[in-house]
Amino acid sequence: MSGPSATHAHAAPSPRALRIALAQVAPWLGHPDRNLALHLEQITQARQAGADMIVFPELSLTGYFVRDMVPDLALPSSAPEIARLLEAAGPMAVIAGFVEESSRHRYYNSAFYGEGGHVAHVHRKVYLPTYGLFDEQRYFAAGNRIRAFQTARFGRVGILICEDFWHLSAASIMQAEEVDLLVCVANSPARGVEGPKIRVAETYDHLTRAYAQLLGAVVVLVNRVGFEDGLCFWGGSTAVGPDGQTLCQAPLFDQALPLAELDPGELRRQRLVAPLARDERLLLTIEELNRIKRRQYDSGPQP
Amino acid sequence: MNQPAHLEVNASLVTEILCRFIGKEIQRAGFQRAVVGVSGGIDSSVVVYLGARALGPDNVLAVTMPYKTSSDATRRDSQEVIRQLGVRSLDVPITDQIDAYYARFPDAAKLRLANKCARERMTILYDQSAAFGGLVLGTSNKSELLLGYGTQFGDMASAINPVGDLYKTQLYQLAAHLGVPESILKKTPTGDLWVGQTDEGELGFSYAEVDRLLYLMVDRRWRRQELIAAGFSADFVTRVADMVRRNHYKRRMPVIAKLSHRTMDRDFRYARDWGT
Repeated sequence: MSGPSATHAHAAPSPRALRIALAQVAPWLGHPDRNLALHLEQITQARQAGADMIVFPELSLTGYFVRDMVPDLALPSSAPEIARLLEAAGPMAVIAGFVEESSRHRYYNSAFYGEGGHVAHVHRKVYLPTYGLFDEQRYFAAGNRIRAFQTARFGRVGILICEDFWHLSAASIMQAEEVDLLVCVANSPARGVEGPKIRVAETYDHLTRAYAQLLGAVVVLVNRVGFEDGLCFWGGSTAVGPDGQTLCQAPLFDQALPLAELDPGELRRQRLVAPLARDERLLLTIEELNRIKRRQYDSGPQP
Repeated sequence: MNQPAHLEVNASLVTEILCRFIGKEIQRAGFQRAVVGVSGGIDSSVVVYLGARALGPDNVLAVTMPYKTSSDATRRDSQEVIRQLGVRSLDVPITDQIDAYYARFPDAAKLRLANKCARERMTILYDQSAAFGGLVLGTSNKSELLLGYGTQFGDMASAINPVGDLYKTQLYQLAAHLGVPESILKKTPTGDLWVGQTDEGELGFSYAEVDRLLYLMVDRRWRRQELIAAGFSADFVTRVADMVRRNHYKRRMPVIAKLSHRTMDRDFRYARDWGT
């Protein structure tokens, strides 16, 4: 029997496109019950839309300017609140931000990745901005790991939190980790209103597009919206494919839950066009960094 | 001096951010309404336009509080703003209470009178805020806040201030975008504190000049030598830098003598929007 289906009989069944929901929300500042409800509501909506993963912004369970509330809001990654989110998510993976209390009673600005009822990875923000309007090192301990992790559906995934994304070394480590998906969760406040776009939003746009192409990976940025103490979080969450093209784009300022659909063949195609990660010379980089380390740390006074 | 390019703002983007700010901050305090003292000047006009846009004209109460020396132009321009927007309005002249008080102190300097008027207006706005069920919107711009050109606990007092991060020259751009009447855009800035008083006459420099200097000094952190090399006179730089420093107390809450381990705003640190 001949027909259109017969022409495809020899091709491997193409995997279903994965969908990532970008939960651009406005968390309540220091109101964990309301934030938990907000997360559950978004999880329900994302599941209805057929999402395979939902990503919430930085500190989505607490709000940003947590200051002296840090010890009151902190949770271990084994907390029942997080288990409840994962249970509600069912087969959908979840990335969300929280104040993490470690077993040594240190507090971190963290984001977890969980699926199938358990937390598979926690990233602790490494670069805590403490300049200008930011004061994070006063309240948080800095993470000391930048690592990707293997997932069943999304390949190798890396998480960075806001300021981490502005450090080239963090992106470079993620490239060496050979991530397929790089997720940045952010709480970026608007500043710079002289041009056609918010200045800081423009920089994020450049970084997102550049990293996607340089890493040959999908890059997802989820930034919150809403106000805290006069600061306007601008949203504008986005997903960019490895070719630098926008997969989905949330609006500025408003809550939204856009879906990014990942073309399963695109990673392969882009890595043929530009095999940058393949050609990286990791040992050369390490040697050069070691030389710089010897120069900076092993001799002479600090600059 | 021409308006330098770096003081330009994207007026529609700024309007969008400020309207959302007003709406959100008022809502999280448990209100839907706002009260603004309207003087017929550019600052308060911009704030009423933003308030009306953010909350709807019915939810904004514009209060005019003339003193006997207030000019006719002040009254006329205030009325024009109120008429154009269709906001609610209330006229509360302050002459009787001010004059009753100064009958005991007939030799008071005019600056005392000016500050007293500003504080009288503040108490009226806060009282009307309780009656109307709305928050007081502030109208102090960045130029005034930096130079300390305002009355502490007077016109500088408010619940939320949408325009405090905009220089005067930037407010003009916003005003034009919002459709503030031409007569307000064109008139010389004045606190209307006494007959013939103008801001620029009293300060001794124009907003265009000082905004350019403040922008480079404060926002861009140019050094003194760099400012002088850019054409500002050394005296002008010194005078403005001194004003910014001397008036810093007006921008802060009163200093608290520390005794315990947790003192307000020093090591008892919470966001104002705590819990909302």
